[in-house]
Amino acid sequence: MARRVLPGFGLSLGYTLAYLGLIVLLPLAALAVKASGLGLGGLWDTLTSAQVLAALRLSFGAALLSAVINAVVGLLVAWVLVRYTFPGRRLFDALVDLPFALPTAVAGIALTTLYAPKGWLGAWLVPLGVKIAFTPLGVLVAMIFVGFPFVVRTVQPVLESLDRDIEEAATMLGASRLQTFTRVLFPLLLPALLTGFALALARAVGEYGSVIFIAGNIPLKSEILPLVIVKQLEQHKYSDAAAVGVIMLALSFLLLLAISLLQRWTQRWTER
Amino acid sequence: MAAVIPLAPRRSRARRVVHALLIAAALSFLLLFLLLPLAAVFVEALRKGVGVYLAAVVDPEAIAAIKLTLLVAAIAVPLNTVFGVAAAWAMTRFEFRGKAVLGALIDLPFSVSPVVSGLIYVLLFGAQGWFGPWLEKYDIKLIFAVPGLVLATVFVTLPFVARELIPLMQSQGSDEEEAARVLGASGWQTFFRVTLPNIRWALLYGVLLCNARAMGEFGAVSVVSGHIRGLTNTMPLHVEILYNDYNYAGAFAVASLLAFLALVTLGFKTFLEWRYGAELAARAPRGH
Repeated sequence: MARRVLPGFGLSLGYTLAYLGLIVLLPLAALAVKASGLGLGGLWDTLTSAQVLAALRLSFGAALLSAVINAVVGLLVAWVLVRYTFPGRRLFDALVDLPFALPTAVAGIALTTLYAPKGWLGAWLVPLGVKIAFTPLGVLVAMIFVGFPFVVRTVQPVLESLDRDIEEAATMLGASRLQTFTRVLFPLLLPALLTGFALALARAVGEYGSVIFIAGNIPLKSEILPLVIVKQLEQHKYSDAAAVGVIMLALSFLLLLAISLLQRWTQRWTER
Repeated sequence: MAAVIPLAPRRSRARRVVHALLIAAALSFLLLFLLLPLAAVFVEALRKGVGVYLAAVVDPEAIAAIKLTLLVAAIAVPLNTVFGVAAAWAMTRFEFRGKAVLGALIDLPFSVSPVVSGLIYVLLFGAQGWFGPWLEKYDIKLIFAVPGLVLATVFVTLPFVARELIPLMQSQGSDEEEAARVLGASGWQTFFRVTLPNIRWALLYGVLLCNARAMGEFGAVSVVSGHIRGLTNTMPLHVEILYNDYNYAGAFAVASLLAFLALVTLGFKTFLEWRYGAELAARAPRGH
């Protein structure tokens, strides 16, 4: 291959593989082996226990809902940031990345304080009967926060690269603004939107730091899956923790696969 | 940049109202969901006055947590920087089988839950883990000790630098480096004189994001730390302890330092994107 003009193939690839092997593969193997130590029957018993099932339902349900909300709001925010000019646009654009930069524990205590019954928002919402802190709704709010930037940041570049000619053509041909959006623009944005949705979902399912403060962590009610692992570790149930860990890892792998397929689709789409 | 298609004035007024409504909706979400929590951190931190704030920040346990956070980041970030450069060099300068798998493997830590990231090291090095008995024999403590914190942090921040560099180096191609080689430069000379200047801003960008995550990581380090005050508490873990002790002013004071770090990171990141956008280009839509 002509590319081998450059040196360092053995060194760089060898280092990369050794590093990944030690930091990523070896520990993951330890997880798989520990979980398999339970045997199929034991694995099934752990995963179908009431605690794990309730946590699985909450983690996945809230994450799914948060990703849907983030897809809708993220599309809106990306649209506004790309298409309109208004004072402070650059600042708002930078603000979108805040959930990536703010440590999750900080986000967690801040959200809890805001939505607690005496907090800035809680003081308004609780009298209306909307309890967010220490309920499953709190889990949802925290997940919306941490997953927010994904959809904006995947949709934004596609929206920027779209050729205005397409829209003008649609308008010339007699389409209304709304028709142009739903029939012409939306299909073009869909792959990016779905990628952002999947990324936000993956992040929300595994999120821990920002959720545990606001969730209240009531067993069977507002306990998320990662917290179940932490509790099992505290009780020295290492195999059970590993079993739940394997399930979470399998979920991540599935989402990762979906994301890479979506990204390939997006690429094909934008290169046309 | 309102839609430029010329239309009858009657409709353009209705459109302006729609624009204003869309902008208002988007901005109120950003303010309510993103800016308000950030503001709450600083307001709560200063609620009991500057004196209480300063006392919480210079408290010996807080100082120990700050030092430990800096130490962990000072080890994890350089390790992942060297790894990122090596991985990007291998991935973009050579063709080999299994490249796609390697790429997926580099990205993997981003999609693993932080708690699972900590768990895998407990299962490997903890008392019940694979190497547990062996480590115990030689009296080496990795879990519930600083090395465990470093390992978990290295895991969660592993992809940052590689992820910035791979798409950039891919799009730059290797023509310049090949020319340098033909003109007689050694491998390292080529790297330091040609490659590094070409990728420096993207490298800095990756290091910046890697560092922010390393200092702010909570879930993974929480699992491996054992929460020994003054010994294995990083800043985010110290925030948790203070908060659970109902010492809200203290918790938010330490949290405000982390929030400040996040703001500096965001500011620096925005500056790099604005000033060196072209040299950072070809970035894939990023995760964290």
